[in-house]
Amino acid sequence: MTTASPEKVDPGVQQDLTPDDITLADTPWVTVVWNDPVNLMSYVTFVFQKHFGYGRKKAEKLMMEVHEEGRSIVSSGSREEMERDVQAMHEYGLWATLSKATDA
Amino acid sequence: MTSPTTGFVRHRRSKRAIATFSVFEADLLRSLAAQLVELLHNESAVAATERDPLEALLDFSGPTTEPEDPVLRRLFPSAYREDAEAAAEFRRFTEGGLRDGKARAAATVIDTLEEAGLPAEPLDEELAIDVELDDETALVWLRSLTDLRLALGTRLGVEEDDEELWYSLPDEDSRAQAHHIYEWLGFIQETLVRSVG
Repeated sequence: MTTASPEKVDPGVQQDLTPDDITLADTPWVTVVWNDPVNLMSYVTFVFQKHFGYGRKKAEKLMMEVHEEGRSIVSSGSREEMERDVQAMHEYGLWATLSKATDA
Repeated sequence: MTSPTTGFVRHRRSKRAIATFSVFEADLLRSLAAQLVELLHNESAVAATERDPLEALLDFSGPTTEPEDPVLRRLFPSAYREDAEAAAEFRRFTEGGLRDGKARAAATVIDTLEEAGLPAEPLDEELAIDVELDDETALVWLRSLTDLRLALGTRLGVEEDDEELWYSLPDEDSRAQAHHIYEWLGFIQETLVRSVG
């Protein structure tokens, strides 16, 4: 990801569900968003807020995870739900895939 | 010539995202959006609107393989990394709709600019194009600006933290010029995200 103008982003003090917690829960499929060199950090955060209804802190945390670790698990649920999330991410121009939680 | 745009700001009273483009900028944006529409309709996955509606309904065979064009591959990535069969199935049911959606979004950008007064032949260089977006249209613009940046970025081979490379190219290098447009699109998008976020 990239920024159009330099801006410091607080990695967040969010004590929310971590991707590991999500994986351990009884939800067999996950949506993974992958880093790409084009999308703006501000836009990716905006998409996570808009589509998933996440608060700003959580959306920024997930965005930073994508940026720094190359990928982030952004949602979990049934296979059908994850296919809908992946399709929505592709509508927004984000690079997303789905997989079984155990493989993610 | 009018001065370059300062991007989008949120209008306090109307709550809309507003920006003033020079006629050159508006014309550039229209031409990029038009190219995207063309690319989206180019390779397989024929737009449903061009077909007989009954024929379209009876045809379940969306594309199952990745597009050949790298830009289209980036716009329609495989949904499953390690399951080719599931990826093909997902593509069959989603790619046509995604293509139509992205083409419609680009067409909305063109419509907005033309409704704001961008003429077919922009001869008057002094003309300023005032664009005003409600929340719904702003979202469509955000998605389409993303598609345009993905298209241009893929064509250019943009990578993370490669600014030095682009800045080191001579001004007359067409790649430097294309990258400048790519950065300008990013600037417009950044200001639009801020004014709706």
